[in-house]
Amino acid sequence: MHLLTSFISGLIFAIGLSVSGMVNPQKVIGFLNIFGDWDPSLAFVMGGAVLFNFVFFRMILKRESTLLKTDFSMPVRKAVDKNLVFGSILFGIGWGMFGICPGPGLVNLFRFDPKILVFVLAMMVGMVLFRKTQKQ
Amino acid sequence: MDAKLWLDPLIGGIFIGLASSVMLAFNGRIAGISGIIGQSLTKINPMNYWRYAFLGGLVFGGAMLNAFRPEFFEFQIHLGWAEAIIGGLLVGYGTQMGSGCTSGHGVCGLPRFSTRSMLATALFMTSAIVFVGVRTIFFS
Repeated sequence: MHLLTSFISGLIFAIGLSVSGMVNPQKVIGFLNIFGDWDPSLAFVMGGAVLFNFVFFRMILKRESTLLKTDFSMPVRKAVDKNLVFGSILFGIGWGMFGICPGPGLVNLFRFDPKILVFVLAMMVGMVLFRKTQKQ
Repeated sequence: MDAKLWLDPLIGGIFIGLASSVMLAFNGRIAGISGIIGQSLTKINPMNYWRYAFLGGLVFGGAMLNAFRPEFFEFQIHLGWAEAIIGGLLVGYGTQMGSGCTSGHGVCGLPRFSTRSMLATALFMTSAIVFVGVRTIFFS
């Protein structure tokens, strides 16, 4: 059952990313281009999602357990560290460069656009690279 | 602003909120996409099955929506190979180093007022805007 709900969450997420325009790298770069020909419309994506979750996360987290009677598994780290700071800065540069963050990369896979495929592959290589450096 | 411009982003944003609330309500997890991909790239493990299911939904969702409403995908990618490769490496490496991306830190972290997520979101938004700004001003 938890696999089905997880799949459905992914499905709804994909619809949201597509309808919102987050899957379109030109649109994303236009949103980031506040010093140029700025297209502010994508602010409504984060705004809508955060407001929705502000209301519903609160209601959900008031419960003792999930709707499937399992425990919540929330992030526990509270301290700000160097990795958080430098990792986020690097991610932002990559996002500004190709206009695609991890979710839209996967949603766009069905297009079989060679540049999307290369981007997703490079992203996975980058992920494994960081994990390998951490293990040593 | 013309309603058409902001209505789709707002509807899409609400769907994204719904998706992450479904994940929290049923699976008790944060729908942080970069973390879910990163963990899925480790050895195949039953603890990761929910992650495979989520990623499957994400990939299948794009294909399914395209079958009914192809207008959301009517765009071309004009960026170059260098951007695809370097951008991909930075997004992959940076999200693992910083423990999250737009979904985990932004969509799920901000509404919880998580200090780490608020800082991370401010930093990746700033570095993305600065990168695009520098590129626009000096290289076009």
